[in-house]
Amino acid sequence: MTDDARVYEQARWSDDNRYEPLLNEKDETTVDTDTSLPDDLTRDTLTLPDADEPVVARHYTRLSQENYGVDSGPYPLGSCTMKYNPKFTEDLAARDDASVHPSREETAQGTLAVMDRLQKHLARIGGMDAVTLQPPAGAAGEFTGILVARAYHRSNGDERSEVIVPDTAHGTNFASAAMAGYDVVELPSGDDGRVDVDALRAAVSDETALFMMTNPNTLGLFERDVREVADIVHDAGGLLYYDGANLNALLGRARPGDMGFDIMHYNLHKTFAAPHGGGGPGAGPVGVTDELAPFLPSPRVRETDEGYEFYEPAETVGKVHGFHGNWLVLLKAYAYIERLGDAGMRDTSGKAVLNANYLAEQVDYDVPYGPPHHEFVASAGERDALEVAKEMLDHGVHPPTTKWPEIVDEALMTEPTEAETKEALDRVAAAFNGTRDSNADDAPQNTTARRVDQTEAARNPRLSWHALDDG
Amino acid sequence: MFEVPDSLRYTETHEWIDPETGRVGITDFAQDELGDIVFVDLPDEGDEFEAGDEFGIVESIKAVSDLYAPVSGEVVEVNDPLEDAPEMVNDDPYGEGWMVRFEFEDADLHSADEYEEVQG
Repeated sequence: MTDDARVYEQARWSDDNRYEPLLNEKDETTVDTDTSLPDDLTRDTLTLPDADEPVVARHYTRLSQENYGVDSGPYPLGSCTMKYNPKFTEDLAARDDASVHPSREETAQGTLAVMDRLQKHLARIGGMDAVTLQPPAGAAGEFTGILVARAYHRSNGDERSEVIVPDTAHGTNFASAAMAGYDVVELPSGDDGRVDVDALRAAVSDETALFMMTNPNTLGLFERDVREVADIVHDAGGLLYYDGANLNALLGRARPGDMGFDIMHYNLHKTFAAPHGGGGPGAGPVGVTDELAPFLPSPRVRETDEGYEFYEPAETVGKVHGFHGNWLVLLKAYAYIERLGDAGMRDTSGKAVLNANYLAEQVDYDVPYGPPHHEFVASAGERDALEVAKEMLDHGVHPPTTKWPEIVDEALMTEPTEAETKEALDRVAAAFNGTRDSNADDAPQNTTARRVDQTEAARNPRLSWHALDDG
Repeated sequence: MFEVPDSLRYTETHEWIDPETGRVGITDFAQDELGDIVFVDLPDEGDEFEAGDEFGIVESIKAVSDLYAPVSGEVVEVNDPLEDAPEMVNDDPYGEGWMVRFEFEDADLHSADEYEEVQG
């Protein structure tokens, strides 16, 4: 790649003032505390950093300029559905009447009404009968779903020991099943990158508690045999779990419940445009069929003649999160669903699939499996996918997910989302293709932070500012 | 070419064992495929394994892989320094980077020549 092809230049300061003085190095003010709380629960004084507002504002503005997010440019990080987060949902979440203390349930009927409606919206979107809003992330949703499945089997006097997971599944599927105490059986994919129905038939037994499936799968392929898969799993007495990571491809067009799934989670921070945040919070509500509803976590919300109330499902697995889930994430997703409506949902999945297919066509790298839905997995071939990804940063584009799923050599897993324009997609394609004939190993050059030493970071992690004192 | 000492025996899953001492590690080829190793999770002394059992985990910046016991037997020594210095597996896979020592009866394993075929 020639230097002038690297069109992007991120904000950068000279070494002397690149980093604002840390807040902990600022002068400190000690204030007396005066509360009615018991003495053994309070401090007499509180030390606060003494920084004036412009200093703080500039500190965080600089940090934001040294960052890259969905507000900066395209972010086609495969499987993560990094769609643009509409600002009206932020406005809504910032309103005073959204800031309800979670203990005020008796007087917060509006909040409960939103939760009840969101439960119903999600149930309808997924083809499920009942939904819990508690789990705070996709993986937490998986774990919750598996606990529900375990409780269901046990209620039938049925101790099953295995969860089956395809080899292309998200790593969280394996981890969630293991955390719930199950043995994980990994199912090899067929030659077409989909679930091998014969292999599944051979894998199921009366030990099968659950089969976890992502559809479209992590290669972006629709699992066409899903009804047959459902029959095989159900005939063995197992349950079928839908990992909602890729629900964006089906929104308003197909429903996991209609395909025979018994349990699913929804990633509100993916499909329903709530921010991923700096690693959180997210929300991973879980939907189930009527038969499994009594096992859902407590509390759930329901509408009665007197209004809305929390209640505990009859055979609940208990609580999986403090209070009632990540309320403001739930609120943002609810607002997004209401704003889009059914037609907007359908339009979302259509454009997500169209954008992925257009981009796959524009990219010069081989895409070994297809046709893709909302994402595609290209192969960097002879090049190291990591080098390609680092080089794309210099084009002002967030790179795709790399080296996964492992069944594609040097995978570049790409999900543009519905939110990108054709011009933005062309820019992503140019970034991909600009790396095609390069053999650079020094990228990125145009970002605030250059090549990060991943090895050192993993071997000697420094996880707080205290570590800076150690040099 | 990767180093494959004649004195050692090998598995198809890229572990080596020294038939004299019972020391076990991963091959030069394996450490190169994994890339920079950042964590090694090893069993405790006294743990017993059947040949082919998972006895530990090796984690690199690219992947997390299981370690498979090349023989049936008991772990009689663990290379504890790897906990703080996993890079020894990259730097010296047949020496300082050994992982555990097994006490075992006998085993069905590949010679260096046969393992070179496995590497392909």
